[in-house]
Amino acid sequence: MSTNVSVEEVKERNNQVIGEVLEVYPEKTAKKRAKHLGTFENGKTDCGVKSNLKSIPGVMTIRGCAYAGSKGVVWGPIKDMVHISHGPVGCGQYSWAARRNYYIGTTGVDSFVTLQFTSDFQEKDIVFGGDKKLAQIIDEIETLFPLNKGITIQSECPVGLIGDDIEGVAKAKAKEHNKTIVPVRCEGFRGVSQSLGHHIANDALRDWVIDKQTGKPARFESTPYDVAIIGDYNIGGDAWSSRILLEEMGLRVIAQWSGDGTLAELEATPKAKLNILHCYRSMNYISRHMEEKFGVPWVEYNFFGPTKIIESLREIAAHFDDTIKEGAERVIAKYQALTDAVIAKYRPRLEGKKVMLFVGGLRPRHVIGAYEDLGMEVVGTGYEFGHNDDYQRTTHYIKDGTLIYDDVTAFEFERFVEKVQPDLVGSGIKEKYIFQKMGFPFRQMHSWDYSGPYHGYDGFAIFARDMDMAINAPVWSLTKAPW
Amino acid sequence: MAKLRQIAFYGKGGIGKSTTSQNTLAALAEMGQKILIVGCDPKADSTRLILHAKAQNSILSLAAEKGTVEDIEIEEVMKYGYQRIRCVESGGPEPGVGCAGRGVITAINFLEENGAYENLDYVSYDVLGDVVCGGFAMPIRENKAQEIYIVMSGEMMAMYAANNISKGILKYANSGGVRLGGLICNERQTDKELELAENLAKKLGSKLVYFVPRDNVVQHAELRRMTVIEYAPDSEQAQHYRNLAEKIHNNAGNGVIPTPISMDELEEMLMEHGIIKSVDESLVGKKASEAAA
Repeated sequence: MSTNVSVEEVKERNNQVIGEVLEVYPEKTAKKRAKHLGTFENGKTDCGVKSNLKSIPGVMTIRGCAYAGSKGVVWGPIKDMVHISHGPVGCGQYSWAARRNYYIGTTGVDSFVTLQFTSDFQEKDIVFGGDKKLAQIIDEIETLFPLNKGITIQSECPVGLIGDDIEGVAKAKAKEHNKTIVPVRCEGFRGVSQSLGHHIANDALRDWVIDKQTGKPARFESTPYDVAIIGDYNIGGDAWSSRILLEEMGLRVIAQWSGDGTLAELEATPKAKLNILHCYRSMNYISRHMEEKFGVPWVEYNFFGPTKIIESLREIAAHFDDTIKEGAERVIAKYQALTDAVIAKYRPRLEGKKVMLFVGGLRPRHVIGAYEDLGMEVVGTGYEFGHNDDYQRTTHYIKDGTLIYDDVTAFEFERFVEKVQPDLVGSGIKEKYIFQKMGFPFRQMHSWDYSGPYHGYDGFAIFARDMDMAINAPVWSLTKAPW
Repeated sequence: MAKLRQIAFYGKGGIGKSTTSQNTLAALAEMGQKILIVGCDPKADSTRLILHAKAQNSILSLAAEKGTVEDIEIEEVMKYGYQRIRCVESGGPEPGVGCAGRGVITAINFLEENGAYENLDYVSYDVLGDVVCGGFAMPIRENKAQEIYIVMSGEMMAMYAANNISKGILKYANSGGVRLGGLICNERQTDKELELAENLAKKLGSKLVYFVPRDNVVQHAELRRMTVIEYAPDSEQAQHYRNLAEKIHNNAGNGVIPTPISMDELEEMLMEHGIIKSVDESLVGKKASEAAA
């Protein structure tokens, strides 16, 4: 597409391609999907699409399940707890280590993130219930991994179907071993996507960790500058490249939720002066709870790309005194040279390139600033499992005429990319090879394609390099058949 | 040898399914039929009168003990009782845990895979009172029971249950070929019981196979963990069960796809027979004291 196309022409093209995909569907499907597809109109308070609704069978949704949201996203990265995938072996086995939640520790001794624990349900566990087995597993974990700080029970579907009393087991064993043991009712069939799993996991954190602390001796000395990082899962080290900026501006990071996080950090969080929230979608629930119950305010921030980093550092600092405000300016100044160098190197290679995204959580909006810092333009975006409040927040990021697709189907995504002809597609592993075979440069934007971190200034340098590597790889000039 | 007949007894809990089925099957065995009883109830008491004892090893309890169902041999769970009737119990979890429905599925698959149905004239499934989930509908699905006998009485709830079970049969009738063999009325001495049972059978497009009168000798036999056929073979009651057995034996291929009726129709039918009185709609949900005011 040439660059001098007007917004009106873009909108017209969007309408046309949306019409084209809907035309192929059966009437009922078309009627439902029409509500999830649209074009952003400047001045509107949302993106004009419906969200957080049931996917239609047969469309190949990109979504996950509630278990994925709890075990995979929220709880899994907490490194000093053992997370049991409770049920048949597959859920834990096939999702094993799929998210690159980096952590520091000795795996198998005091950290357990990359280990897989499962109760491996057999027929008899379904028929007679899995409670006894669960109790035995907890005892075995205590024997084999005595340095664990706690255990979570991540329910797979059958546990909910047969009605096992995992809460009863958790309570009894917590008392016996004097440990935090958290039952999580995140059966995969609950809700329409992984989003409910995040919510359920947040509620379990609230009920079994945060609110259970009364009476516990608080070995914690507060400072006026205590903050907790909420909703950073440390993919490829994201939380670390964020944390250093906060520390350099004079704040003390008392907890990371939940990338490279510990149970003690979770427990200390209500004592923070400010909770800073990166992934709103997966952890707004617990942030709101800590605000209501403990009076800890929270603020959303965005550490993708220098423009948003600078805005965010200033906004976080605004909650503190001048020491911190000066600290923020100092940090911004310190990294200006690095930022300038990255932009000087990569912007000329990436200027004007168009990007289409389809990811989860916060990324469909949060990464847009980073692309724009490199002179690129996001022309289409959508959320796997976003809610209306995500689409409202997206309006601050996107341009008039951006193509919006909620819970996109495999067919829609291919047709949209074909029509829009972006220079880069950012989505997940299932999409990667399809688009590469279609001749489109691609980056995985869930796992950072085994790269990262992408958060913070250090992350921006890596982000810029990776996008350049994808788009300007010489291979793309060879994809056209010579005949 | 004639084709294997696969039958099942369903009905409201406590209606006397196990008693009726075991007495009937005992009478069929007397007639020389080779029979297997499959108890599909976690209580594992469907074969008690034939074995004179509760089955010691149910399929699922043994599977739990040994690890998996593949570790069991059929001989370990199949017992021989009165007239060499073969008995197995699926067994299942204690109340309140696990999934008894899945247990029934597991047990029936085990029996089929291990050749339990060879060299038989009859397989009879005795299923617990309420078909609460898919597992308890297993015996009426494809390649399982072909004829269902619903044990009922003139009590309203027993008739509701019979109608509901007919709905279940209808659901699987086209895919699996299951048919309603007929109703068996186990007398409770309610008003106009025979008339009602016949009428309900007619409405369901079926027939009343037999009206089993109430007799205390059944109790006496039960206390001795025996069927009446064995305990008092010359009694009038034993003859009734023999008659019922004869009817079922001659009923091969006569099953129908039931035509279950609506709740309203059922209530109407009870009104027709004067069992319940037509009530002024304005009185529904009112206490006696409120209605009087």
